Amino acid sequence: MTQRPLDAPAAGESVDDILQVSGLQVEYHSAGETFPAVRGVSFSIPRGKIVAIVGESGSGKSTISQSLIRRLSTGGSITSGSIVFDGINLTQLSEKKLRRIRGARIGFVPQDPSNSLNPLMKIGEQIAESLRLHEKSSASAAAVRAVEILREVGIPDASARAGQYPHQLSGGMRQRVLIGMAWACNPDLVIADEPTSALDVTVQRQVLDRMERLASERGTAVLLVTHDLAVAADRADEILVMQQGLIVEQGHAKEVLENPTHSYTQRLVAAAPGLNSARLQAQLLPFGSSGPLGSSLFAGRPISVETSFEGIEKIPVPGLAPVLEVRKLVKTFALRTPGAPASVLTAVNNVSFAVQRGQTLSIVGESGSGKTTTARIAARIASADSGTVLFDGEDVTTLQGEKLRQLRRRIQVVYQNPFGSLDPRMTLERIITEPLRAFKLGDRKRQAEAAKELLECVQLSPDLINRRPGQLSGGQRQRVAIARALALGPEMMVLDEPVSALDVSVQEQILQLLVNLQAQFNLSYLFISHDLGVIRQVSDEIVVMRFGDVIEAGPAAQILKSPTQAYTRELLESIPGQLQGQS
Amino acid sequence: MRLLKKPGLLVSAIFLLLVLLAVAVPSLFATHSPLEGVAAEKMLPPSAEHWFGTDHLGRDVYSRVVYGARLSVAAAALAVLIGVSVGAVVGLVAGAVGGKIDFAIMRVVDVFIAVPGILLALIVVASLGFGPWSVAVGVALGAAGSFARVMRSQVLRVRNEEYVEAAGALGVRRGTILLSHVLPNASRPVISMAALELGTAILSVSALSFLGFGPQPPTPEWGSLVASGREFVATAPWLSILPGVVIVAVVLAVNRVAQQLGASK
Repeated sequence: MTQRPLDAPAAGESVDDILQVSGLQVEYHSAGETFPAVRGVSFSIPRGKIVAIVGESGSGKSTISQSLIRRLSTGGSITSGSIVFDGINLTQLSEKKLRRIRGARIGFVPQDPSNSLNPLMKIGEQIAESLRLHEKSSASAAAVRAVEILREVGIPDASARAGQYPHQLSGGMRQRVLIGMAWACNPDLVIADEPTSALDVTVQRQVLDRMERLASERGTAVLLVTHDLAVAADRADEILVMQQGLIVEQGHAKEVLENPTHSYTQRLVAAAPGLNSARLQAQLLPFGSSGPLGSSLFAGRPISVETSFEGIEKIPVPGLAPVLEVRKLVKTFALRTPGAPASVLTAVNNVSFAVQRGQTLSIVGESGSGKTTTARIAARIASADSGTVLFDGEDVTTLQGEKLRQLRRRIQVVYQNPFGSLDPRMTLERIITEPLRAFKLGDRKRQAEAAKELLECVQLSPDLINRRPGQLSGGQRQRVAIARALALGPEMMVLDEPVSALDVSVQEQILQLLVNLQAQFNLSYLFISHDLGVIRQVSDEIVVMRFGDVIEAGPAAQILKSPTQAYTRELLESIPGQLQGQS
Repeated sequence: MRLLKKPGLLVSAIFLLLVLLAVAVPSLFATHSPLEGVAAEKMLPPSAEHWFGTDHLGRDVYSRVVYGARLSVAAAALAVLIGVSVGAVVGLVAGAVGGKIDFAIMRVVDVFIAVPGILLALIVVASLGFGPWSVAVGVALGAAGSFARVMRSQVLRVRNEEYVEAAGALGVRRGTILLSHVLPNASRPVISMAALELGTAILSVSALSFLGFGPQPPTPEWGSLVASGREFVATAPWLSILPGVVIVAVVLAVNRVAQQLGASK
């Protein structure tokens, strides 16, 4: 553990601290077992400052935020330590007195805006409720103030919006409502637990801006819990880095980022996509020289599985022709809203692009941009209303049945959610050999060998071969999904948000793996992501989509350096981790 | 260890093990012959010698209950097996094919569910002839409808799982996906339900035997034991009550264990 001097003199009894936590330990009990989630953590939050807790899933950061207001989930309990809020020890306070502090003096912004508002109550009424409760405002004064609060958090047409229900608001607006609620009673401290991780990047920035402004205008201290170091870098005065229930490093944001001392922090800083700008370079694989690769299955070529199994496809000659090309794709969905006339949503509108062999073309866009639909059409999982999909110069738009199945050997898909795309009942061996079995490549023994080699290919231990997906971490699962996609030796992979469900440092590892495999097997990627920070690490070409239209397209360097469209610039500016550099 | 914290479950499990043992080797538990009576010892109340007393032919009722376990439990198990198999196949086909065929199949299933199971079983037994095996088929058909419905809903759920789409994108054939991904992942709730259904099936089989559709005398069977004691209820109530208590105990034990199986999954 690395301690650094903080702003406040001798973290402890300073009157400037609104919150002092010392020796906090939290445990979870379930089924007779005890799991320590927080193992002795001490920190303090100075008045009016923003302190960020950064860590990956399972590090205990959310547990801390919940234990501060004694709202731990079932089975959790504070076993030792004290939490002193403005001179009051919250761990010993009666539930009744604590209720007067929660909401009034400590505000809370939850992670998921869609579940945190009562769906049956108008949003203005939900804000007014807490004002009436804590401020003892009259009903009419509370209603007026609720509208004011909505205006303060930047909700347009606030008086009309106050009369609406949560489902009529977008995710970003709902989160702003929640921020308004947290600040409604002018609290001294606001705890924000991953306030923006469910939001699109441009919305994320607006929401965080709003929060920062409220904090500085009102002098509210904020505890910002986030997995994203770049967000913390932009917003926080001080950063606490957590790993496995302990604080491994803490100090001024700038100092922690520029000069991290703990190895874990160094890894996090290196991994944060927003803080790195260059495209990743393929690394020589550590097992490249000695491993079984190149011996039997893979001779360092993409189609080697087929050749070693005496498959049917010939190796295509690398040329200038694109491996995948889509022309003028259009896809519409009929929208049926009860009570409204049927309307048509154009999810993909006249989209064309070409993926060059051995290169990565990325589609970037926010939710609703049509990027995933486009990718699914290109991979021939979904069909387009009109337009053409060309694979290796051949029109595959209307392939059906066995011909389509044969195309799958050459184009494979990796999904966003590694928890969903692997059958939970199968062992890794069965998962990875499934495509081999589907195309009857090799006998049982050969397939088992191939599975082990593929695991090494994605840098997983072959000893995991008999595990099931439930026994693996998210990153390991995604590696398995990649290994499975590699099994047939495809020429092309469609990667639909392959890292967005993963922790930041794991993201970096998976991206590096993808770049290495691309170089090794001359793979072509169609890469889908909402995160330009991720995209700039892997892309050769970028297509920017919004509401089904292609806004801008071109070589990655050009799009990233000199975007011509305002929307692309906005996306670029929304990548967290840039404010730190400017200030 | 954890079993000790649930005494009800522990007792149920031990009791069921004993019943299964009696099904396999009834001579281990029986104290007398189930078929041959001693005329001088007829209509004796329960005693140390005859635990459940004796019937009008001087046969030991306890031994007849022990020997009757085989037919009752086996017929019920067979009923569940047939019910699950038929229901699972029907549900799988309906859920996987979808469209008009799904609609047609499920309306037939609705009819089966709408008719009370015991009535359906009576119809089947009446047309197939009396005996424990036609009773089993009858009970099975009564239960198959709800198995089909659960299976179909599970298939519809699993079919939309991402790993099923992923398998398709890998180039796996539809039939293979159905058997290797959809069926195993959809059958878990159906199997839990089957365990619960076993208790009901024991009850239904006994009820049909009580009505005289089961095995014919002198073959011992739980339901027919209760029925044959009916004439003497006023003078020798143990003839009906004690076999009845055994049936109730077995059904309760099966339900308790099945509930645990369903919960642990």
